[in-house]
Amino acid sequence: MNNVITVGISDMKVASAPSVLVTYALGSCVGICLYDSFLKIAGLAHIMLPCDNHKNAADNKYKYADICIPMMYHEMIKLGCNKGRLVAKIAGGASMFQVSGDNEISNIGNRNVESTKNVLKSLKVPIVAEDTGSNYGRTVWFYSSTGAVEIKSYAHQPKIL
Amino acid sequence: MNLNQLNEIHIDVLKEIGNIGSGNAATALANILGDTVAMDVPKVNIVDVNQAVATLGGPENISICVLSKLEGDIKGLMMFLIQCSYAPVILKGIGCPCESECDHLSEMEQSAISEIGNILISSYINSIAALSKLNIKTSVPALCVDMVGALMSVPAIEMATVSDHIIFIQDNFLSDEQSITANMLLVPNITSLEIIMQRLGITL
Repeated sequence: MNNVITVGISDMKVASAPSVLVTYALGSCVGICLYDSFLKIAGLAHIMLPCDNHKNAADNKYKYADICIPMMYHEMIKLGCNKGRLVAKIAGGASMFQVSGDNEISNIGNRNVESTKNVLKSLKVPIVAEDTGSNYGRTVWFYSSTGAVEIKSYAHQPKIL
Repeated sequence: MNLNQLNEIHIDVLKEIGNIGSGNAATALANILGDTVAMDVPKVNIVDVNQAVATLGGPENISICVLSKLEGDIKGLMMFLIQCSYAPVILKGIGCPCESECDHLSEMEQSAISEIGNILISSYINSIAALSKLNIKTSVPALCVDMVGALMSVPAIEMATVSDHIIFIQDNFLSDEQSITANMLLVPNITSLEIIMQRLGITL
């Protein structure tokens, strides 16, 4: 496949057609796909935590939903994307382990999804599709030519968002 | 404290902790399987999560993981990670015939693997607790079969509020006849790391 760009964990990439963006094995992390269908510009982010606690100034800011998503949004606006045209598709936020007597581990996925939705709402970007929650990992393929998002997982059939 | 401050001596101490913990766990595994279990010298990895996932076979490598949360004086996670293909070997070793594929393990098979993970994690942690005279509790184990990238996001998120790097002590087991490669991953949080070091007489 041509032009496959891998987005790591706590990472974000913006690309135009015909590039394909991929992020592997989202667990409790959330993958956010932003798309401008006219310019065929696609952005994919892989966040780990809902928000920056400002404890560690030196760390990678792409791991936080509240920092990473606006950075990606502004980068796409800079490339000429229209605010009114940008739409979002999100995936991930699973609860991988159900540890009895513990909410922290099982809840982080939900908190990531919730924060992602709040950030997108504040940027006025509509979420047109999502595949979130449940208890399994997902790999996201994001095709910039069409805006299609393909979700692959281990125990489930692939889905197109 | 941050992970960049760890020097050679600290790494050696962590390796030794890995050695003692996994030595006990390997003995437990050998008893369960009725076979000899060899182990590699433990590796101490201080890497970002992308590299951690790469050392475990890449993000989409399907693995079985038993996870236990550590409480008490030491906080963190302990993970027992095996390749999917080893599930039948381990299950046969305990006299439980495995007819299922890895993604469709029956409740009994899941429970058996979970219990083996629990025994190994407990023997690992008990030996470290005895050595350091610390009180460490392990939670009831949770089992998950999925892509290793998704599994490793859990310890990465646990560590992410303080560091972009995770520290994990990785031990490999090898059983000659049946060739099982299992990983025991101890992922302590930063404060706990300091406590362990201090108990063992090392200052940071």
